[in-house]
Amino acid sequence: MSQLAELAAKAKAQLDAHTYENVQWHFHESTGSPFWLEKATTYNFDPLKEVKCFDDLKKFPHFEDDWLRGGPISRWIPKGLAGKPAYVFETGGTTGIPKSRMVIEDHWIDYENFSDTLPDEYFPRGANWLMLGPSGPRRLRLAVEHLAQYRGGISFCVDLDPRWVVKLLKKGKIKEAEDYKEHVIDQAVTILSANHNIQCAFMTPKLLEALAMRLLDDGTSIAESGIKGIFAGGTEFTPQWYRTCREELLGPDVYITPTYGNTLMGLACGKPFDPADNYKITYYAPQPRAVIETVEFKDYNQVVGYGQTGRVKLYTMTKELFIPGFMERDEGEREKPHEKYPWDGISGTRPFHEYAKTTTVGVY
Amino acid sequence: MFDIPILRFGQTYESMEKQPVVHFDTGEPVAQLHQATGAMVKLDLKKSQKARDALRAVPIAKLIDICKAAARMYLEETLPCGNGSLSPAEFCRLQSATTGLPENMCAANMRKNAFVLGHMDEVLDALTRGLPYEILEKGYGKESRGVMVSYQATTPVFGMVLPNNSPGVHTLWLPAIPMQIGLCIKPGSQEFWTPYRITEAFFKAGLPREAISVYPGGHDVGGAVMTDCQRAMIFGGQTTVDQHAGNPKISVHGPGFSKVILGDDVVDRWEDYLDLMVDSVFANSGRSCINASGIWASRHTREIADAISQRLGPVVPLPPNDPKSSLAAFTTPGAAEAMNAQIDEGCQADGVTEMTAKYRNGPRLEKRERCDYLRPTVVHCTGPDVPLANTEYMFPFVSVVECPQNKMIAQIKQTLVGTALTDDAKFKQQLLDATNIDRLNIGPVKTVQLNWLQPHEGNIVDFLFRNRAFQDTPPAAH
Repeated sequence: MSQLAELAAKAKAQLDAHTYENVQWHFHESTGSPFWLEKATTYNFDPLKEVKCFDDLKKFPHFEDDWLRGGPISRWIPKGLAGKPAYVFETGGTTGIPKSRMVIEDHWIDYENFSDTLPDEYFPRGANWLMLGPSGPRRLRLAVEHLAQYRGGISFCVDLDPRWVVKLLKKGKIKEAEDYKEHVIDQAVTILSANHNIQCAFMTPKLLEALAMRLLDDGTSIAESGIKGIFAGGTEFTPQWYRTCREELLGPDVYITPTYGNTLMGLACGKPFDPADNYKITYYAPQPRAVIETVEFKDYNQVVGYGQTGRVKLYTMTKELFIPGFMERDEGEREKPHEKYPWDGISGTRPFHEYAKTTTVGVY
Repeated sequence: MFDIPILRFGQTYESMEKQPVVHFDTGEPVAQLHQATGAMVKLDLKKSQKARDALRAVPIAKLIDICKAAARMYLEETLPCGNGSLSPAEFCRLQSATTGLPENMCAANMRKNAFVLGHMDEVLDALTRGLPYEILEKGYGKESRGVMVSYQATTPVFGMVLPNNSPGVHTLWLPAIPMQIGLCIKPGSQEFWTPYRITEAFFKAGLPREAISVYPGGHDVGGAVMTDCQRAMIFGGQTTVDQHAGNPKISVHGPGFSKVILGDDVVDRWEDYLDLMVDSVFANSGRSCINASGIWASRHTREIADAISQRLGPVVPLPPNDPKSSLAAFTTPGAAEAMNAQIDEGCQADGVTEMTAKYRNGPRLEKRERCDYLRPTVVHCTGPDVPLANTEYMFPFVSVVECPQNKMIAQIKQTLVGTALTDDAKFKQQLLDATNIDRLNIGPVKTVQLNWLQPHEGNIVDFLFRNRAFQDTPPAAH
């Protein structure tokens, strides 16, 4: 057995054990959340007895994201964590009731784990951060702030309300949306000019592009502003954009790594840059806390072959949240395990083709 | 299969993202078009002054010679296209294959573009009202009458977001090059052929390569062109027009709502103008903004509609390579169906009658496996306020509207080309004063018969140059 195969087998065993442990936690009368304990009464199987490995999660019906809309939010708090200070983070919400996720410490743990993947050379410990992404009821702001603190720095933030931007775009108010983007970039430029030792940043691709362009117009650059490392995500990150970034927008002195994630999953890391990949971006979920599968469009329980295209199926298993198979609004190609992440990855993520025409992309 | 890269101010660039382009009818892959990104466009535009500098190094008279040579090459020679090359006939075949426009119309549009390029000296002379080239080159100078004038370029490059519907639109931007303004082009996803071919003809004729960029791509590319070029033109529907209305940086080209108007003094002789009306509706498969979508008269409207229907109703789709083919295919799935449904709904209203149905021998909508056709449609409207009285569709569609002459000018609303058939002096003056008509023809001129020495939807010279004050000596005492 090759070294990678050994690592993959070990990761699979760890995932099976993690799955069993989490199902026991979420469906046990003494520790489970009101939501899952009630849900379990509707199943024709007993999760406590019949879910022993990851593949057994297919016994659960697909998780419906509408379950996350509306309250009471407390129904998601596992009894085993009752009394702990809780946060609520939201996604969507431009119109109607947003999806809400209850969080206690997951956002800290996810970003601490992510921190371990960042190269210190480009994300120096003790350096300060710029968080150029959505604020308000979203998890990113607090998560990046924790990441900065975990690495010994302080995170500087801006105000950004993506729901307002979506409204502007849907009304065709392009000029107003551009003005709002300029307002956000103004805040970032001001922070960067204020001698705060900011060397690391989270930025969405569109805001990174806008900031870099602004700095170029001002006769400077991201590199000259002092930023050495950027992790980017939140909107579509294409290989061509990645290449333009590395070759033309940022230059050789700034490290950029793509990430893929959301409030439900946490943060999937990008495979380390390798010229041989020709800028193909491959993401790996933070297993075993979250798992990404690439599944057939017509059978969400069937994983596609390597290199084949399918829809993104997400599983989350932490002490705080249990999601046994949630169909994401994205599609991509299944990728083989990597030594750093010895489990399946996904590349070419893009809006699921059936939704793509109705999705407002490029919000921030 | 043609592999067509991005052109970044003269440098070819191979993108990692390529869009397959297929034959509209067979689905056969025809080309793959490399896709640019908005970031790429924005980065290049930061150096756009180099394009103008390169053009300013060439005298305008020489640039006009280049245009004339390019016109001949574009029309007659085999020119590079991506990883291959195309003869004029092959060019028409491929342009037809991706746009659905019959090959004979592709050839006609080629001749139109070549005409403008080949007569660039006359076009510039007309549009600049005889301005000496030296004044455009230097930015100021004295005219022959001794008056100092200054023309300042408003932008180093002219941005454009081009459409797919008709290759004839490229005539509009060609004068930019001899005026020493560079080009930043986002071509249509199906009609990218003409910008690339004209560019290759320019290069072969000796134009500096730094002068032109061609960026195929998605909405972010169009957005970058529109926001980062100091002057840009865009083509689109009414929504696009409304979105950019009043923006002095943007020249927006939308539906034309072009019309033929018959005055009360000639309407009883309407049969004399039947050919003019039919051709105004039908030429170029009714795809252009200059095609008439309305015919307005105070009487005889039902007879006029019936006579046009007799001519257009029997027209059927023919293979695109048939020299008699006169109908273009709709290649965007669902587009023809949606228009057909709108027309059917409009025809349900009181006062609207479809006149073509009885001459058509079949439905208006012809669905094929990969494309659709809409057959010519003439509707009669009893007044200007009924549905379909002032509509435009991208196929031979016309509303024949009954309206008193004294209400006509106000009721026709915005009209790109208005051909008025009248000898009534008072009506002619009212037409001349009507600001809702852009191009006015008084007399027997088909709406599609454009004189390229005339401005179109604004004068490109006024758009790309600012006529401002300049003095190098104090004025006479006063």
